[in-house]
Amino acid sequence: MVQVKMESNLLGANELLARKNRNLFAGQGLLVVNLMSSPGSGKTTILERTIDVLGGQLKMGVIEGDLYTDQDAQRIEKKGVKVIQINTEGACHLDAGMVGNAFGQLPSGDMDLMFIENVGNLVCPAEFDLGEDFRAVVISTTEGNDKPLKYPFIFRQARVILLNKIDLLPYTDFSLDKFSDDLARLNPSAPVFMVSGRTGEGIKTWTEWLLGEVKRKKP
Amino acid sequence: MHELSIVEGVMNMVRESALQSNIMKVNKLKLVIGRLSMVLPDSLQFCFQALSQDEFFRDAVLEIEQREILIQCGKCKQQFVLEDVYCYICPGCGANEVEIIQGRELYLDYYEGEEN
Repeated sequence: MVQVKMESNLLGANELLARKNRNLFAGQGLLVVNLMSSPGSGKTTILERTIDVLGGQLKMGVIEGDLYTDQDAQRIEKKGVKVIQINTEGACHLDAGMVGNAFGQLPSGDMDLMFIENVGNLVCPAEFDLGEDFRAVVISTTEGNDKPLKYPFIFRQARVILLNKIDLLPYTDFSLDKFSDDLARLNPSAPVFMVSGRTGEGIKTWTEWLLGEVKRKKP
Repeated sequence: MHELSIVEGVMNMVRESALQSNIMKVNKLKLVIGRLSMVLPDSLQFCFQALSQDEFFRDAVLEIEQREILIQCGKCKQQFVLEDVYCYICPGCGANEVEIIQGRELYLDYYEGEEN
Protein backbone atom coordinates (compact mmCIF):
# COMPACT_ATOMS: atom_id res chain seq x y z
CA MET A 1 0.00 0.00 0.00
CA VAL A 2 1.24 3.48 -0.85
CA GLN A 3 0.09 6.90 0.16
CA VAL A 4 0.23 9.67 -2.41
CA LYS A 5 0.28 13.20 -1.01
CA MET A 6 -1.73 15.55 -3.21
CA GLU A 7 -2.67 18.76 -1.34
CA SER A 8 -4.60 19.77 -4.44
CA ASN A 9 -7.04 22.63 -4.11
CA LEU A 10 -10.34 21.48 -5.57
CA LEU A 11 -11.04 24.93 -6.91
CA GLY A 12 -7.41 25.40 -7.96
CA ALA A 13 -8.14 25.39 -11.67
CA ASN A 14 -10.65 28.20 -11.24
CA GLU A 15 -8.34 30.21 -9.01
CA LEU A 16 -5.56 30.01 -11.56
CA LEU A 17 -7.85 31.38 -14.29
CA ALA A 18 -9.19 34.06 -11.92
CA ARG A 19 -5.65 35.28 -11.31
CA LYS A 20 -5.11 35.45 -15.07
CA ASN A 21 -8.28 37.53 -15.49
CA ARG A 22 -7.27 39.83 -12.64
CA ASN A 23 -3.88 40.53 -14.23
CA LEU A 24 -5.54 41.19 -17.57
CA PHE A 25 -8.02 43.65 -16.03
CA ALA A 26 -5.30 45.40 -14.02
CA GLY A 27 -3.16 45.82 -17.15
CA GLN A 28 -5.97 47.83 -18.74
CA GLY A 29 -6.78 49.86 -15.61
CA LEU A 30 -10.26 48.39 -15.80
CA LEU A 31 -12.48 48.16 -12.72
CA VAL A 32 -14.47 44.92 -12.67
CA VAL A 33 -17.50 44.41 -10.44
CA ASN A 34 -19.08 41.00 -9.82
CA LEU A 35 -22.78 41.69 -9.27
CA MET A 36 -24.58 39.02 -7.28
CA SER A 37 -28.02 38.47 -5.77
CA SER A 38 -30.91 36.04 -5.65
CA PRO A 39 -33.19 35.88 -8.71
CA GLY A 40 -35.45 38.89 -9.04
CA SER A 41 -33.60 41.25 -6.70
CA GLY A 42 -33.13 43.76 -9.48
CA LYS A 43 -29.52 43.36 -10.67
CA THR A 44 -30.35 44.16 -14.29
CA THR A 45 -32.54 47.15 -13.43
CA ILE A 46 -29.79 48.58 -11.22
CA LEU A 47 -27.35 48.04 -14.07
CA GLU A 48 -29.63 49.92 -16.45
CA ARG A 49 -29.91 52.82 -13.99
CA THR A 50 -26.15 52.83 -13.42
CA ILE A 51 -25.51 52.96 -17.16
CA ASP A 52 -28.00 55.85 -17.48
CA VAL A 53 -25.93 57.88 -15.02
CA LEU A 54 -22.37 56.82 -15.85
CA GLY A 55 -22.67 55.87 -19.53
CA GLY A 56 -21.90 59.42 -20.67
CA GLN A 57 -18.63 59.73 -18.77
CA LEU A 58 -17.29 56.15 -18.67
CA LYS A 59 -16.75 53.45 -21.24
CA MET A 60 -18.61 50.48 -19.85
CA GLY A 61 -19.04 46.81 -20.70
CA VAL A 62 -21.19 44.05 -19.28
CA ILE A 63 -20.85 40.28 -19.13
CA GLU A 64 -24.28 38.76 -18.56
CA GLY A 65 -24.64 35.37 -16.91
CA ASP A 66 -27.89 33.54 -17.36
CA LEU A 67 -28.94 29.90 -17.46
CA TYR A 68 -30.55 29.90 -20.91
CA THR A 69 -31.91 33.26 -22.11
CA ASP A 70 -30.39 36.48 -23.39
CA GLN A 71 -33.23 38.70 -22.17
CA ASP A 72 -31.03 40.63 -19.74
CA ALA A 73 -28.33 41.12 -22.37
CA GLN A 74 -30.90 42.57 -24.75
CA ARG A 75 -31.99 45.06 -22.09
CA ILE A 76 -28.39 46.18 -21.53
CA GLU A 77 -27.68 46.38 -25.26
CA LYS A 78 -30.56 48.82 -25.66
CA LYS A 79 -28.61 51.16 -23.38
CA GLY A 80 -25.84 51.27 -25.97
CA VAL A 81 -23.32 49.34 -23.88
CA LYS A 82 -21.17 46.45 -25.11
CA VAL A 83 -22.51 43.22 -23.68
CA ILE A 84 -21.46 39.58 -23.95
CA GLN A 85 -23.90 36.86 -22.97
CA ILE A 86 -22.80 33.70 -21.18
CA ASN A 87 -25.37 30.93 -21.03
CA THR A 88 -24.40 28.46 -18.35
CA GLU A 89 -26.91 25.88 -19.64
CA GLY A 90 -28.16 25.13 -16.17
CA ALA A 91 -24.99 25.65 -14.15
CA CYS A 92 -25.71 27.72 -11.06
CA HIS A 93 -22.73 30.10 -11.19
CA LEU A 94 -20.18 31.70 -13.49
CA ASP A 95 -16.57 30.57 -13.29
CA ALA A 96 -13.34 32.33 -14.18
CA GLY A 97 -12.90 30.39 -17.42
CA MET A 98 -16.28 31.50 -18.77
CA VAL A 99 -15.53 35.12 -17.86
CA GLY A 100 -12.08 34.99 -19.47
CA ASN A 101 -13.60 33.73 -22.74
CA ALA A 102 -16.35 36.34 -22.71
CA PHE A 103 -13.87 39.11 -21.94
CA GLY A 104 -11.90 38.12 -25.04
CA GLN A 105 -14.93 38.98 -27.14
CA LEU A 106 -15.16 42.53 -25.81
CA PRO A 107 -13.13 45.28 -27.54
CA SER A 108 -9.79 45.17 -25.77
CA GLY A 109 -8.35 48.13 -23.88
CA ASP A 110 -11.45 50.20 -24.46
CA MET A 111 -13.25 50.16 -21.10
CA ASP A 112 -13.15 51.89 -17.72
CA LEU A 113 -15.76 49.81 -15.92
CA MET A 114 -17.05 46.30 -16.50
CA PHE A 115 -19.88 44.58 -14.68
CA ILE A 116 -20.25 40.82 -14.50
CA GLU A 117 -23.87 40.02 -13.74
CA ASN A 118 -23.72 36.63 -12.08
CA VAL A 119 -26.43 33.97 -12.16
CA GLY A 120 -29.17 34.76 -9.62
CA ASN A 121 -28.12 32.64 -6.65
CA LEU A 122 -26.81 33.48 -3.18
CA VAL A 123 -24.92 30.22 -2.64
CA CYS A 124 -22.62 28.93 -5.38
CA PRO A 125 -21.39 32.16 -7.02
CA ALA A 126 -19.79 33.13 -3.70
CA GLU A 127 -17.33 30.28 -4.02
CA PHE A 128 -15.99 31.23 -7.46
CA ASP A 129 -13.46 34.01 -7.87
CA LEU A 130 -13.86 35.51 -11.34
CA GLY A 131 -10.89 37.86 -11.12
CA GLU A 132 -13.10 40.82 -10.22
CA ASP A 133 -11.95 43.81 -8.16
CA PHE A 134 -14.85 43.41 -5.80
CA ARG A 135 -18.27 41.92 -5.30
CA ALA A 136 -21.45 43.92 -5.06
CA VAL A 137 -24.38 42.07 -3.52
CA VAL A 138 -27.94 43.21 -4.14
CA ILE A 139 -30.77 42.32 -1.78
CA SER A 140 -34.31 43.65 -2.11
CA THR A 141 -36.74 44.61 0.62
CA THR A 142 -39.29 42.06 -0.62
CA GLU A 143 -36.88 39.19 0.11
CA GLY A 144 -36.90 39.91 3.83
CA ASN A 145 -34.22 41.20 6.17
CA ASP A 146 -33.14 37.70 7.20
CA LYS A 147 -31.11 37.02 4.03
CA PRO A 148 -27.68 38.13 5.34
CA LEU A 149 -27.93 35.64 8.19
CA LYS A 150 -29.27 32.90 5.94
CA TYR A 151 -26.48 33.38 3.37
CA PRO A 152 -23.68 34.80 5.52
CA PHE A 153 -20.82 33.86 3.22
CA ILE A 154 -21.88 35.94 0.23
CA PHE A 155 -22.68 38.95 2.41
CA ARG A 156 -19.39 38.61 4.26
CA GLN A 157 -17.47 38.74 0.97
CA ALA A 158 -19.30 41.76 -0.42
CA ARG A 159 -17.31 44.95 -0.73
CA VAL A 160 -20.56 46.87 -1.12
CA ILE A 161 -24.23 46.03 -0.55
CA LEU A 162 -27.22 47.51 -2.33
CA LEU A 163 -30.63 47.32 -0.71
CA ASN A 164 -33.04 47.55 -3.63
CA LYS A 165 -36.81 48.18 -3.88
CA ILE A 166 -36.59 50.73 -1.11
CA ASP A 167 -39.78 52.28 -2.55
CA LEU A 168 -41.66 49.14 -1.46
CA LEU A 169 -40.38 49.26 2.12
CA PRO A 170 -43.72 50.47 3.63
CA TYR A 171 -45.49 47.45 2.13
CA THR A 172 -43.14 44.83 3.58
CA ASP A 173 -42.12 43.57 7.02
CA PHE A 174 -38.48 44.30 6.22
CA SER A 175 -36.75 45.60 9.35
CA LEU A 176 -34.03 48.10 8.48
CA ASP A 177 -32.79 48.04 12.09
CA LYS A 178 -32.37 44.28 12.17
CA PHE A 179 -30.78 44.32 8.71
CA SER A 180 -28.24 46.97 9.77
CA ASP A 181 -27.48 45.17 13.05
CA ASP A 182 -26.83 41.88 11.25
CA LEU A 183 -24.55 43.50 8.68
CA ALA A 184 -22.67 45.40 11.38
CA ARG A 185 -21.57 42.05 12.79
CA LEU A 186 -21.21 40.16 9.53
CA ASN A 187 -19.52 42.76 7.36
CA PRO A 188 -18.99 46.04 9.19
CA SER A 189 -16.78 47.66 6.55
CA ALA A 190 -19.15 47.33 3.57
CA PRO A 191 -21.10 50.46 2.69
CA VAL A 192 -24.83 49.88 2.17
CA PHE A 193 -26.67 51.89 -0.48
CA MET A 194 -30.44 52.07 -0.35
CA VAL A 195 -31.80 52.30 -3.87
CA SER A 196 -34.86 51.82 -5.98
CA GLY A 197 -34.26 50.52 -9.47
CA ARG A 198 -37.84 51.42 -10.33
CA THR A 199 -37.91 55.07 -9.20
CA GLY A 200 -34.17 55.78 -9.39
CA GLU A 201 -34.01 56.81 -5.73
CA GLY A 202 -30.50 56.50 -4.24
CA ILE A 203 -28.86 55.61 -7.57
CA LYS A 204 -26.86 58.84 -7.66
CA THR A 205 -25.18 58.15 -4.28
CA TRP A 206 -24.25 54.66 -5.48
CA THR A 207 -22.83 55.83 -8.81
CA GLU A 208 -20.79 58.57 -7.13
CA TRP A 209 -19.18 55.98 -4.87
CA LEU A 210 -18.60 53.71 -7.87
CA LEU A 211 -17.02 56.52 -9.87
CA GLY A 212 -14.54 57.00 -7.04
CA GLU A 213 -13.60 53.32 -7.28
CA VAL A 214 -13.13 53.55 -11.06
CA LYS A 215 -10.82 56.54 -10.67
CA ARG A 216 -8.82 54.78 -8.01
CA LYS A 217 -8.19 51.84 -10.38
CA LYS A 218 -6.99 54.03 -13.26
CA PRO A 219 -3.20 53.95 -13.67
CA MET B 1 -23.26 23.56 -3.26
CA HIS B 2 -22.18 21.41 -6.19
CA GLU B 3 -20.89 18.34 -4.42
CA LEU B 4 -21.33 16.03 -7.39
CA SER B 5 -18.95 17.98 -9.61
CA ILE B 6 -16.51 18.32 -6.72
CA VAL B 7 -16.45 14.55 -6.18
CA GLU B 8 -16.08 13.99 -9.91
CA GLY B 9 -13.13 16.40 -9.93
CA VAL B 10 -11.48 14.59 -7.02
CA MET B 11 -11.92 11.21 -8.66
CA ASN B 12 -10.45 12.43 -11.93
CA MET B 13 -7.50 13.90 -10.06
CA VAL B 14 -6.86 10.59 -8.29
CA ARG B 15 -7.27 8.52 -11.44
CA GLU B 16 -4.77 10.66 -13.30
CA SER B 17 -2.24 10.56 -10.47
CA ALA B 18 -2.69 6.82 -9.89
CA LEU B 19 -1.97 6.12 -13.52
CA GLN B 20 1.40 7.84 -13.17
CA SER B 21 2.16 6.15 -9.84
CA ASN B 22 1.20 2.72 -11.16
CA ILE B 23 -1.60 2.33 -8.60
CA MET B 24 -4.31 -0.14 -9.58
CA LYS B 25 -6.82 0.27 -6.81
CA VAL B 26 -7.65 3.00 -4.28
CA ASN B 27 -8.34 2.24 -0.60
CA LYS B 28 -8.76 5.66 0.88
CA LEU B 29 -9.14 9.31 -0.04
CA LYS B 30 -8.77 12.13 2.43
CA LEU B 31 -10.44 15.50 1.89
CA VAL B 32 -10.09 18.59 4.03
CA ILE B 33 -13.01 21.02 4.04
CA GLY B 34 -13.43 24.19 6.05
CA ARG B 35 -16.73 25.16 7.60
CA LEU B 36 -16.85 28.16 5.28
CA SER B 37 -16.40 26.13 2.10
CA MET B 38 -20.16 25.52 1.91
CA VAL B 39 -19.67 21.88 1.01
CA LEU B 40 -21.71 19.29 2.89
CA PRO B 41 -19.82 16.18 4.05
CA ASP B 42 -22.93 13.97 3.91
CA SER B 43 -23.63 15.05 0.39
CA LEU B 44 -19.99 14.37 -0.61
CA GLN B 45 -20.26 10.87 0.84
CA PHE B 46 -23.51 10.24 -1.01
CA CYS B 47 -22.06 11.42 -4.33
CA PHE B 48 -18.92 9.37 -3.76
CA GLN B 49 -20.96 6.24 -3.10
CA ALA B 50 -22.94 6.84 -6.27
CA LEU B 51 -19.86 7.40 -8.45
CA SER B 52 -17.42 4.84 -7.03
CA GLN B 53 -18.92 1.70 -8.51
CA ASP B 54 -16.02 0.62 -10.69
CA GLU B 55 -13.17 -1.72 -9.71
CA PHE B 56 -10.75 1.15 -9.13
CA PHE B 57 -12.79 2.95 -6.42
CA ARG B 58 -15.22 0.24 -5.21
CA ASP B 59 -13.49 -0.47 -1.86
CA ALA B 60 -12.28 3.05 -1.22
CA VAL B 61 -13.24 4.97 1.91
CA LEU B 62 -13.74 8.70 1.75
CA GLU B 63 -12.44 10.39 4.87
CA ILE B 64 -13.43 14.01 5.42
CA GLU B 65 -11.73 16.29 7.90
CA GLN B 66 -13.71 19.39 8.75
CA ARG B 67 -11.83 22.49 9.86
CA GLU B 68 -13.21 25.13 12.19
CA ILE B 69 -13.30 28.79 11.23
CA LEU B 70 -10.31 30.56 12.75
CA ILE B 71 -10.14 34.34 12.83
CA GLN B 72 -7.35 36.72 13.75
CA CYS B 73 -8.01 40.22 14.99
CA GLY B 74 -6.26 42.97 13.03
CA LYS B 75 -5.95 45.08 16.19
CA CYS B 76 -5.05 42.83 19.13
CA LYS B 77 -3.72 39.99 16.91
CA GLN B 78 -5.42 37.32 19.03
CA GLN B 79 -6.81 34.24 17.29
CA PHE B 80 -10.23 32.77 17.97
CA VAL B 81 -12.34 29.88 16.77
CA LEU B 82 -15.47 31.41 15.30
CA GLU B 83 -18.50 29.61 16.71
CA ASP B 84 -21.05 31.99 15.27
CA VAL B 85 -20.61 32.33 11.50
CA TYR B 86 -22.59 35.56 11.64
CA CYS B 87 -20.32 37.57 13.83
CA TYR B 88 -16.98 38.85 12.56
CA ILE B 89 -16.17 41.03 15.54
CA CYS B 90 -13.15 40.27 17.73
CA PRO B 91 -14.34 38.54 20.93
CA GLY B 92 -11.20 39.84 22.65
CA CYS B 93 -11.16 43.58 21.99
CA GLY B 94 -14.33 44.23 20.00
CA ALA B 95 -12.54 45.45 16.85
CA ASN B 96 -14.33 44.74 13.59
CA GLU B 97 -11.29 44.17 11.41
CA VAL B 98 -10.88 40.43 11.66
CA GLU B 99 -9.27 38.19 9.09
CA ILE B 100 -10.34 34.64 8.34
CA ILE B 101 -7.21 32.51 8.57
CA GLN B 102 -8.78 29.06 8.46
CA GLY B 103 -12.11 27.62 7.38
CA ARG B 104 -12.11 28.10 3.62
CA GLU B 105 -10.15 24.91 2.87
CA LEU B 106 -11.36 22.63 0.13
CA TYR B 107 -8.65 20.24 -0.93
CA LEU B 108 -7.65 16.66 -1.51
CA ASP B 109 -4.99 15.90 1.09
CA TYR B 110 -3.87 12.42 -0.03
CA TYR B 111 -5.04 9.05 -1.25
CA GLU B 112 -3.89 5.54 -0.52
CA GLY B 113 -3.84 2.69 -2.97
CA GLU B 114 -2.30 -0.59 -4.00
CA GLU B 115 0.50 -0.71 -6.50
CA ASN B 116 0.49 -3.02 -9.41
